[in-house]
Amino acid sequence: MLNNNQLLRFTTAGSVDDGKSTLIGRLLYDSKSIFQDQLEEIKKTSSRKGIQEVDLAMFTDGLRDEREQGITIDVAYRYFTTPKRKFIIADTPGHIQYTRNMVTGASTANVALILIDARRGVVEQTKRHAFIASLLQIPHILVCINKMDLVNYEEKFFNKIIEEFEEFSSKLLVKDIRFIPISALLGDNVVKRSINMNWYQGSPLLHMLETLHISSDINKVDARFPVQTALRPQNEKYRYYRGYAGKISSGVFRVNDEVKVLPSGLISKIKSIMLYDNQLVEAHAPMSVSIALEDDLDVSRGNMIVRLNNQPKIEKEIEVMLCWLNNENAKPKIKYSILHTTNIQKAIIKDVIYKIDINDLKRNYDDKVLKMNDICKVKIRTTQPLMIDTYRENRATGSIILIDDSTNETVAAGMIL
Amino acid sequence: MSKYYLNYIDELESEAIYILREVYAQFQNPVLLFSGGKDSIVMTHLAKKAFYPCKIPFPLLHIDTGHNFPETIKFRDELVHKLDVNLIVGSVQESIEKGEVTEEKGKNATRNALQTTTLLNTIETNKIDCAIGGGRRDEEKSRAKERFFSHRDDFGQWDPKNQRPELWSLFNGKYFEGEHFRVFPISNWTEMDIWNYIKREKIDIPSLYFSHDRQVLWRNNSWIPYSEYLILENHEEILTKKVRFRTLGDITITGGIESHADTIEKIILEISKMRQTERGNRSDDKRSETAMEDRKKQGYF
Repeated sequence: MLNNNQLLRFTTAGSVDDGKSTLIGRLLYDSKSIFQDQLEEIKKTSSRKGIQEVDLAMFTDGLRDEREQGITIDVAYRYFTTPKRKFIIADTPGHIQYTRNMVTGASTANVALILIDARRGVVEQTKRHAFIASLLQIPHILVCINKMDLVNYEEKFFNKIIEEFEEFSSKLLVKDIRFIPISALLGDNVVKRSINMNWYQGSPLLHMLETLHISSDINKVDARFPVQTALRPQNEKYRYYRGYAGKISSGVFRVNDEVKVLPSGLISKIKSIMLYDNQLVEAHAPMSVSIALEDDLDVSRGNMIVRLNNQPKIEKEIEVMLCWLNNENAKPKIKYSILHTTNIQKAIIKDVIYKIDINDLKRNYDDKVLKMNDICKVKIRTTQPLMIDTYRENRATGSIILIDDSTNETVAAGMIL
Repeated sequence: MSKYYLNYIDELESEAIYILREVYAQFQNPVLLFSGGKDSIVMTHLAKKAFYPCKIPFPLLHIDTGHNFPETIKFRDELVHKLDVNLIVGSVQESIEKGEVTEEKGKNATRNALQTTTLLNTIETNKIDCAIGGGRRDEEKSRAKERFFSHRDDFGQWDPKNQRPELWSLFNGKYFEGEHFRVFPISNWTEMDIWNYIKREKIDIPSLYFSHDRQVLWRNNSWIPYSEYLILENHEEILTKKVRFRTLGDITITGGIESHADTIEKIILEISKMRQTERGNRSDDKRSETAMEDRKKQGYF
């Protein structure tokens, strides 16, 4: 494999029978990521259930209940590699009640694959997926119009669906949308260019996944370094070393950069950047490194090191687009733990401003109860200030989760506005 | 101007280091599960990098079935010495002697399932609140559903249908007394990524992974190494073959493959042509279609 091969994470969404699992099965199968013994096992299960052909969809269902009921319950991760890239697929269930899984899968994705059945066109679920992809700011959306074989590979069906989709998506914030006519079952335009749709001038799906420009998906401008922990070896060679361990969220840091530690506001200079025993001159997101400063400051977990001339906002009151992920409704006036980068504080939901109906994007200003799968704009107040950017500018420093201290469960995910 | 993106191996490494540091910061008493296999060896290497110039700030935990490859134990002890870390050993033999578990009987008997009890007891006695494992999602279908931070209830059980959602790089390691976490920093790595990383980082691995002459017998469709723990049937014949192992577990259940690959480069080439998953030679996974899921729910690795 070439040294500069990148990692691309994509999430798939689709209804139960628009062929999502078949498409993933096809990508894995055609890229030779499915092994003989896995194939044998699936053949056995298929024949036990009375299915003649190998059901490619079964590759994605991992749990006993999923295989037996033929449904996907939870996000499953799949991997495949081509000579150009390594791919991680977050395969998320398409049922209504599982919006939380889609949000989870979308949170780390570079690309969202949205499947539409060519015979049925844009349905409610398509809109929900597109909305969540835009809400989570997935940089690229690939809309696969599937089952083209069932509409005689005719261009007019493809064009009609693009029109339907764009009518809806014009209201969303998406940077890059592309449309591909495919047949996952027969392989048209998945790995190889289809000979049945000469009217389509674009690339097949895999080629698109291999060549999309993803280097700019991470913010390279605003240097942010949330501290995970301090490293103080106190051994012979590093007697006076005090390094801060963390992963650069965004931007670039260089030795000798003037930096500020937040929230204290103390100023220093970067003395060294280390990755294991390598002394680096500069480091960028998403590298995990250890940074040492010229001055002996009090820096600990939850602090953030930033460049002097480019700082995040420091706020105790934030507006957040919140997705409620728990079976229990949100409790007003109750303190939750809020986790932002490596910083954990207490917070209350001060106000529910509006709720979004994700089918028509209408705002509801009256319903203030946050239920499972609700998406709403809220005001959150924290006990200590957070060092924040907006989610749109910076996914890593613009995202939060809420934890219910009475159950320790993660109950909500939020994007800072 | 330099390029400001990472290649996939660097990105996977960075992700794993981030998670190891989160474990250290969020838990009181974590351990690194060590089996002697390549994945746990890669984990120790990542931990070394994550905390350098400090030592690895948590002990290794080995669940010893007593049915080891001698090479594994030798390798383990040398590595522990080199890293200068503590080693906790949970012994399945002791669990049997104390009557906590009952040894399986018959020709296909293994101590694989018994490990779960020993592991959970060791976690409880040592008040361990997080066990870091080298499990990967590509290994097995139920593992594909694992979180990085995977919650275990006070019986050590995993509830795959009710897992905490995991978003961005925000990991919730909160637990109540008696519960613990399993954390899998190399969730996103594949077998090939592991080998490419071993090659790139020049990581030492046990000789068992390389082609060597060994006494073996053909059972359950693979070459099982001959050892004192095996009960031979009449028709079974001990042969000497050139084999190597793709995964390392108990000597009683780890099947070898015939191979001449005696360098990392040859191993990588061999794996890239293989049409069987690496756990295809592990009889513990073949007992039923959901063997791994069932064991995992009870608290297996």
